[in-house]
Amino acid sequence: MAEYLIKNGFVFDPVLGIKGDRVDVAIKDGKIVETTALSSPKVIDAAGKTVMAGGVDIHAHVAGPKVNIGRNFRPEDKLFGYKARSGIERMQGGFSVPTTIRTGYNYARMGYTTVMEAAMPPLYARHTHEEMRDTPILDQGAYPVFGNNWFVLEYLKNHEIENAAAYIAWLLRATKGYAVKVVNPGGTEAWAWGLNCENVHDPVPYFDITPAQIIKGLIEANEYLGLPHSMHMHANNLGNPGNYTTTLDSFKLSEGIKPNSKFGRDQVMHHTHVQFHSYGGDSWANVESKAKEIMDYVNSHDNLTIDMGQVTLDETTTMTADGPFEHHLTELNHLKWANADVELETGSGVVPYVYSPSIKVCAIQWAIGLELALLAKDPMRVFMTTDHPNAGPFIRYPRIMKWLMSEEARKQQFDAFKHKDKVIDATNLANIDRELDLYEIAQMTRAGPAKSLGLAHMYGGLAPGLEADVAVFNFNPNEPYAPDDIEKAFGSAEHLFKAGVQVIQDREIVSNGNKRTLWVNAKVNENPQVMRDVKEKFLRYYTVTLNNYEVTGHYLPNPYVIEVDATE
Amino acid sequence: MTRTVTDVICPFCGTLCDDLEVVVSDDGKELLEVYNACAIGAEKFLHSQAKDRITRPRMRQEDGSWKEISYDEAIEYTARMLTDAKKPLMYGWSSTNCEAQAVGSEIGEVVGAVMDNTATVCHGTSLIAVQDIGIPSCTLGEVKNRADRILFWGCNPAHAHPRHMSRYSIFPRGFFTGKGHTGRKVIVVDPRPTDTASVADVHLQVEQGRDYELLNAFRVAFKGEQLPDVVAGIPKEKIYEAAETLKSGRFVIIFFGMGVTQSLGKNHNIDEAIAVTRDLNEYTKAAIMPMRGHYNVTGSGQVWGWLFGFPYAVDLSRGFARYNPGETTSNDLLRRDEVDAVFVLGSDPGAHFPFSSVKKIYDRPSVAIDPHETPTTEVCKVHVPVAFVGVEVGGCAYRMDNVPIETRKVVEPPEGMMTDEEFLKHVLARVKEIQGE
Repeated sequence: MAEYLIKNGFVFDPVLGIKGDRVDVAIKDGKIVETTALSSPKVIDAAGKTVMAGGVDIHAHVAGPKVNIGRNFRPEDKLFGYKARSGIERMQGGFSVPTTIRTGYNYARMGYTTVMEAAMPPLYARHTHEEMRDTPILDQGAYPVFGNNWFVLEYLKNHEIENAAAYIAWLLRATKGYAVKVVNPGGTEAWAWGLNCENVHDPVPYFDITPAQIIKGLIEANEYLGLPHSMHMHANNLGNPGNYTTTLDSFKLSEGIKPNSKFGRDQVMHHTHVQFHSYGGDSWANVESKAKEIMDYVNSHDNLTIDMGQVTLDETTTMTADGPFEHHLTELNHLKWANADVELETGSGVVPYVYSPSIKVCAIQWAIGLELALLAKDPMRVFMTTDHPNAGPFIRYPRIMKWLMSEEARKQQFDAFKHKDKVIDATNLANIDRELDLYEIAQMTRAGPAKSLGLAHMYGGLAPGLEADVAVFNFNPNEPYAPDDIEKAFGSAEHLFKAGVQVIQDREIVSNGNKRTLWVNAKVNENPQVMRDVKEKFLRYYTVTLNNYEVTGHYLPNPYVIEVDATE
Repeated sequence: MTRTVTDVICPFCGTLCDDLEVVVSDDGKELLEVYNACAIGAEKFLHSQAKDRITRPRMRQEDGSWKEISYDEAIEYTARMLTDAKKPLMYGWSSTNCEAQAVGSEIGEVVGAVMDNTATVCHGTSLIAVQDIGIPSCTLGEVKNRADRILFWGCNPAHAHPRHMSRYSIFPRGFFTGKGHTGRKVIVVDPRPTDTASVADVHLQVEQGRDYELLNAFRVAFKGEQLPDVVAGIPKEKIYEAAETLKSGRFVIIFFGMGVTQSLGKNHNIDEAIAVTRDLNEYTKAAIMPMRGHYNVTGSGQVWGWLFGFPYAVDLSRGFARYNPGETTSNDLLRRDEVDAVFVLGSDPGAHFPFSSVKKIYDRPSVAIDPHETPTTEVCKVHVPVAFVGVEVGGCAYRMDNVPIETRKVVEPPEGMMTDEEFLKHVLARVKEIQGE
């Protein structure tokens, strides 16, 4: 493989603690190496430019059945933005739900190289893997959903952690999944009867278990296995005024549990898109920010990481395994609604949504997301996401950087709101003058998410031995700049390397890379009871046979397996 | 000696049964018996064993006779035809696996073809309706485990999806449906007294072409508003009664077929059927599902969804994808003379398109890729026989509820035969060569 030396760039790397110093980055055999290890490298002149590791997205909906529902039922999402094929690039379409090809290329253009699909319905795992296979460049993994799974509900009702863990290990292997995802625990099962679980103590119909038991049990099972990532949580009561108490109740369920993982993470719960879970008030008329209360908790509890779910003020397509929420949303906005309940496992819904700067609530949501990041004491535990495409499309990450890095940019946005004064009254953002620097951005978009995922040994930094995922941006942090310069520079990487392959050269895609699919193979002691339960449920209640369930090799042409041993 | 292959997937209809057992000879070359399949599915497997099966490509001669040609010659003809054409139609894609669909899509992209699948004469109208109003749906296991109200509208699974009723909808005993069919109420809406209607609790014999009115009347009845004495040939008392049956269910499922998608009103019928389902969710839980025909028509819509963003009628001829049913749909293109070559794979337009369209295929350079001899192969210039997907080669297929299942290879294809995917890969490579010339 070619050797590269990226010279004289301003490097921001939380792993090595480099804060904008001029450091050379050396690439050899797909890894970062010491500069002395190179013999005859190709030299990339990065003088006056910013150099960072490849971005890591911990939570995005980019592949799988509900994403494809979003594509297929929104032809309007393709209007005006289609890109013809040219060079090695195939044709690309879609704005909020782009085609797989565009997904890969657009992430790469922003300097991102690893993206996790945040919710994989196990029965549809093949579909998710087919889409990831057809997404170029990016390393990807997918989180199967567990929070409404009948096996999990039955085991955790009796607090059978070992059985739940054995089942999780089996399902991760069967679906080639990466982590334990929980979406509206119990609520989506309730939705199969048109109901919901609105707080952590609201019992699940028939199954006689509460969301609190599911959450705590899954954290314990996750730590029993010692998986790379912690339990990945989307709490009950998403998107409703006053829901921050449910969020705090959910956070508290992680108290007293210590991480048990050799993969270097410190948290036992990652809570995703917290913006949607930080609302005060009791109606849309008086909804207000509770970001401060939420961040007070996050800042004082080390065993928790979160991501933002930043609203970007775009027309987008919401999609979640939180089936009852999507029904609630279609009743609010009266736009088209797709729903897909999945036998024994989960459900999902899809509804288009317009976050308009002229609507007070949308502007409040925008402010809350930014508050979460700006109130963060430790940027290694608070990550930038839009819950793509739920709060906005991922292509807005550079714009979010602008808002986080520039008070002036936030002021400009406030001035563009129709209900500016009401928004300011309902939120804290106008009183926050913090401006993040690129080091903190690198923590929130690279080193932090990589560590939380248990992938700090591969991604998120520029230390020798890590994967050679390196982005060069045309941005000089030492010279004066306007806020929009940030958005422009970080939206179009000058150069990008993925595992040592140059995939972007002078802002042109020059390679489709060598994408890998990450999954976790957890070994557990033989568990005859769980295997008997699996056989029985497939025989009696599933509509596919057990032998036709497991996703096999050719759906993952280039797998990267992370082995975990929980047999001791 | 023989051996039995279990958990075999049936590559016939969108029900995609995956519990077949197939007995094959010890050397894996001969398929002897098929168990658990319906009559149609079993025949599909056994037909692959026909002694008079065409195993080599053939080209139509001036005098109308066939001449056997090599696969290389067939690849050359196909690649030349596609590259020479300004706007070729690449139609079908419903009876093959997703792997072949993906390769075919790339060919379409490179040559600037119009990609269309059998939804164009089937559930394309449903796809349009979904783009209007969405679709609350579920997997078939949700129906089996929960549904106590089953409504079949304009479809006849007893004949078209023979095992649907026993596997998923009427008869199975699921988790919350331990009484099987005795715990379910079945309503059939169909102008004909079908075999499905004969097992229903209620048969509403709607006047032909009046489905929209009846669907709309249901929505009125849900709200308890006034109806005329008779709507679409059904007395209002029966409509109120059926509406109450649906509202009082714990879980309602509506299955619909071509009786509503291709009769008067088309996509508007489905809009209204989905609106009925949305309304029912105000009172109880309800879902709706199209009864997809070919075993992998759903898959081709999925593959094109993630590659292009549209489920059918995808026009790639301008270098980017356009979608405009009525303009970019196969019959409209053929009848307006807007395509200058026709490639067919995994479908039989010769049997299902209007004769005026079939004549246009006959008039043009044309290739049919199909294991069988069909009315389409009879009008095409070149016929390329291939291995049967789901019998002689595996690959991914999507059930009518979008659940993907990996089909199985149970026997070897006849010696020297290509699969869809292999043939397409050769064509793609050749097309790229020609364009590089």
